[in-house]
Amino acid sequence: MRRARGTLLVHAALVVGAVLALTPLVWMISASLMRPGEASSFPPPFLPSRPTLGNYVDLFTRLSLGRAAANSVLIAVMATLGVLLLNSMAGYAFAKLRFPGRDRVFALLLAALVIPAPVAMLPLFLMLRSAGLVNTYVGAAMPALAGIIGVFLIRQFARSIPDDLLDAARLEGAGEFRIYWTIVLPLLRPVLATLGIVTFLATWNDFVWPLVILTDESRYTLPVALAGLIGEHSGDLELMMAGSVLTVLPVLLLFLLLQRYYIEGITLGSVKE
Amino acid sequence: MAGEKPRPGGMPHEIQAAWLLLLPGLAAISILFLVPIGAAFLLSLTDFDIYTLGDFANMRFIGLKNYGALLRDPLLWKAMRNTALFLFVGGPLTLGVALAAALLLNSRVARWKGLFRTIFFAPYVTTLVAVAVVFRYLYHPRFGLIGQALGWFGIAPIDWLGDPRWAMPAIILLAVWKNFGYATILLVAGLQSIPESLYEAARIDGAGSAQLFRKITMPLLAPTFLFLGVITTIGYFQFFAEPYVMTDGGKPLNATLSVGLLMYKNGFRWWSMGYAASIAFVLFIVVLALTAVQFWIQKRGEA
Repeated sequence: MRRARGTLLVHAALVVGAVLALTPLVWMISASLMRPGEASSFPPPFLPSRPTLGNYVDLFTRLSLGRAAANSVLIAVMATLGVLLLNSMAGYAFAKLRFPGRDRVFALLLAALVIPAPVAMLPLFLMLRSAGLVNTYVGAAMPALAGIIGVFLIRQFARSIPDDLLDAARLEGAGEFRIYWTIVLPLLRPVLATLGIVTFLATWNDFVWPLVILTDESRYTLPVALAGLIGEHSGDLELMMAGSVLTVLPVLLLFLLLQRYYIEGITLGSVKE
Repeated sequence: MAGEKPRPGGMPHEIQAAWLLLLPGLAAISILFLVPIGAAFLLSLTDFDIYTLGDFANMRFIGLKNYGALLRDPLLWKAMRNTALFLFVGGPLTLGVALAAALLLNSRVARWKGLFRTIFFAPYVTTLVAVAVVFRYLYHPRFGLIGQALGWFGIAPIDWLGDPRWAMPAIILLAVWKNFGYATILLVAGLQSIPESLYEAARIDGAGSAQLFRKITMPLLAPTFLFLGVITTIGYFQFFAEPYVMTDGGKPLNATLSVGLLMYKNGFRWWSMGYAASIAFVLFIVVLALTAVQFWIQKRGEA
């Protein structure tokens, strides 16, 4: 009897938590399907009386959020591919190759993890401005390449690659780059999936840097465009909710699809040395 | 390196390959992160402003004058107070909710664990700007869902984001909602790594469940909490998008102005980049000090 009550309590608490976690997202979707003004009638309805996609049509026709979505995809894909290449090379070298200073350089990188990224922002902006990269997609994607956590992730994973496998390839005369490209990269596939989704989501969700570096509205990413919209359209609740859904839904779906990799990466990233 | 077996292929060859593989990554980290950090300090010693932006020759070194002015700037102290509130109230609240959720998920009787875990984690992957927009409406004094729900308990409507006393709590609540799922995942992993035999042995010795929690669970979660504490400190100290989107940049009466927002406004809206760089460095030093304190507490706990 006591046990049954305990089971009931645990599940009641879990359900309450789940409702609290999901309600804002469900309401966002629901309100995005309401007619203009419907959500701010009194008492405010939770569900649309007659669902409409009109707000979404507005986003793509009257406003240029379609363009912003394309910008977001482009910048996130560029950043992700760059990070995968750079971090897999470096992470593999730290894990499997022997060279003087290896541990010291790696410790230095780990120490740099505690530096808050915004500290670098002002000079970085001035540097990219001199290089003519303000208001470009490349400029928006670039800072992601300085990510350190990915090097750490790949190194953790690459350490499990057996030395014998690499040595056998060396004996057969394969060069170090061929080994990296044809043997190591395929073995790294699971951790590359993890790093890929983590980087894509972080770049997609980022706000400060694209806000600073993208000056022209036609280059805005979704979060920047959305933050701009709330200035002029804060009265159009239903329209703003459609914009929020457009911004959130792609990453939420991506997460649901690949959550195994994502959650693995998060727990792997926290493993201490 | 001593004592490792020599490998075929030759050491010099391996060293060369290693540095070539590292070169692009280390170059990116240096040019895009480490050099700008150093440059930020130099920048903070100059009077870089909008005129300098047009012609770098207008820049002068002014020593520590920016820091002097900054420490006398009431806006800095206001922003510091808000940021500290966000960190010291929002941080423990986030981790507390996460610990409760993790214990529930780890309970032996709980079912559908995977589903609940996914649901708790979903807010964490959402775009901060978008959910800040959503919460802006949820907090609406008349039509907002949160006011409605509180009304069922007889609580009078609160102008969450318009009232200087309630704006920070409102923003903190959003942060807890968005971030607790992340800490939950790590705490569940930490709980699962505690061997069941430890609990059994203690139970045989007659320990109650409160004692088990205090003497086994919490100490063995300490490394996880240290990691979460450091991550949360670094992340929460930079809070920026919430006031930018929800309170139009720090309203009401700067009650939600953050250090990150103050830096952004000085640097990128008014182009006082020298002054903004000194704000960035103060932020850096405070985060560094808070991180060091957490490592120190952890060390002392082990001794």
